[in-house]
Amino acid sequence: MAEAMSQNRKAAFSLARHSTGIIASVLFLAPIVWTVLSTFKPAQEARQPPLPPWPTTGFSIENYQTLNSFGDGLWVSAQNSIYVSVMTVLLSVLVSVLAGYGFSRFRFPFRDFFFVLILSTIMIPFQSILTPIFLVLTRLGLHNTLTGLVCVYVTLQLPFSIFMMRNAFDAVPREIEEAARMDGANNVTMLVRVMLPLVWPGVVTIALFAFLGAWNEFLAALVLMTDQSKFTLPVMMTALQSGRFGAIDWGAVQAGVTVMMVPCLILFLALQRFYIRGLMAGAVK
Amino acid sequence: MTAIAATSTPARARKLVGVSRRQWVGLLYVLPAVALVTVFFVIPLGMTAWMSLNNWPLMGEHSFVGLDNYFAILRDTRFWNALKFTAYYTVIVTIAIFAVAFPLAIFIERPRPLTNLYRTAFFMPAVVGFASASLLWSWLLNVDSGLFSPAAFDLGLTGKRINLLATFQPAFWSIIAMVVWKVAGFTMIILMTGLQSIPQDLQEAAVIDGAGPFARFRAITLPLMRRTLALALILSVAGSILAFDQFYIILRGGPRNQTLTAVYWIFNQSFVSFKLGYGAALSMVLLVILVALSLIQLWLLRKPEGLD
Repeated sequence: MAEAMSQNRKAAFSLARHSTGIIASVLFLAPIVWTVLSTFKPAQEARQPPLPPWPTTGFSIENYQTLNSFGDGLWVSAQNSIYVSVMTVLLSVLVSVLAGYGFSRFRFPFRDFFFVLILSTIMIPFQSILTPIFLVLTRLGLHNTLTGLVCVYVTLQLPFSIFMMRNAFDAVPREIEEAARMDGANNVTMLVRVMLPLVWPGVVTIALFAFLGAWNEFLAALVLMTDQSKFTLPVMMTALQSGRFGAIDWGAVQAGVTVMMVPCLILFLALQRFYIRGLMAGAVK
Repeated sequence: MTAIAATSTPARARKLVGVSRRQWVGLLYVLPAVALVTVFFVIPLGMTAWMSLNNWPLMGEHSFVGLDNYFAILRDTRFWNALKFTAYYTVIVTIAIFAVAFPLAIFIERPRPLTNLYRTAFFMPAVVGFASASLLWSWLLNVDSGLFSPAAFDLGLTGKRINLLATFQPAFWSIIAMVVWKVAGFTMIILMTGLQSIPQDLQEAAVIDGAGPFARFRAITLPLMRRTLALALILSVAGSILAFDQFYIILRGGPRNQTLTAVYWIFNQSFVSFKLGYGAALSMVLLVILVALSLIQLWLLRKPEGLD
């Protein structure tokens, strides 16, 4: 097909392609860029429509400073969000690596039953079991605690991440383990020293998904965290945007949204290949 | 590492002796996962079923009422309206997402200069959370401090600043625009994997046979993408049926409660009115719909006969 095209048509095609690409890219990026730029306006200017999006009456970080004056302050919510996300990453990686290894390398009774049980939870929307989760957390004394929220988030990650990790371990040749075993490695050393480096890309993928999932989750955090000091960023920012702290300060809302978006964007840009990998694994299964 | 080359006979012998004990160890590895899923998923699931048969206030004793909650659902016109709205939203938003994502997938399918850059740009909104995206758009859509209606007014497109969120149609289509913006990149990547799995020589053979681009798309691309299309479709449908964040954050279910989705109604019943038993019964209805959808998905995603 390409050979048949004349030089001119090729150039025209390329021009059309790049203009389409650039226009579409601008459309997708504009809302993000618009927001980030307008957060640097002074509060007074941020109340006006963002035309143009960049500050015209001087650069200011006022919007970020005022964030701390609402309720317990944004910094508390940011800390909560960071704590919940990091703990969700650590715990879901730990639990899924162990389980992925177990499901991949051992033949114990009920193995297939447990595997199907864990995977099938993906069919059930967690939105429909939030009330009992609330009651279970209360019974465990984890009511209104960040730890309770972490437990819920980790559980939600498990079907995807255990599926990923089992496949990752399945791809490691058994000879490597047998060799290590003969070198005297026990189960735990083998997993940590020999296997973990080999399944590392899978670990990064599930860690990334766990972080984004926990950082961005809204409904469970809204329902389960009733005390303002336990709010995560999405819940805190929604309270601010709903006018719970008086007149809505749109400059502050945009600053908060920027704080919520930037970590996701940076992580994605840095680890894009792992993200796409995860999507592919999900799509091709 | 020298041991790799060595014979594995001693290892085999040892394995035979300790076979059962060694295999049981596997149970320990999966135990934390099974425990978490049991405590935070299986038990709550059973509790939902049980609670749906009870009158269950937040405080005080709950009492068994049989199927009363389910009979109440039959009379709950607001729930049926919410379900109807959810279905309407699901259909419209899925069509809109595909109408944008499919051309984009074709656009980025083959490696050409700058393709990776475009793909990254299209995908960026997908990694932003639904709550962040909703907060962002609630600002863009705001009549006083936002972008769209002041910009339309300044450009002379409208005679005055129109509040986009005050009436159903503009509010609904604003949400559709926001969701397409956020989700299209995600669907695009899934569709791209399907497009890339179609053997290139098949397309080339069709070109030689004189098939035009449209005929090729219909006869080769669509049938060979069946499983990917089904997956993208189900992900979009399931996600839309469970929509909550954007309607809660941008519209609060308004204007005039016209954009209450199913999950939103359950949320209201359970955590605003604290009718936990009734909320559980509503949840069961939602759950049955989603599980049915998953079964349809498994059927659609089955390996095509005669292929693979």
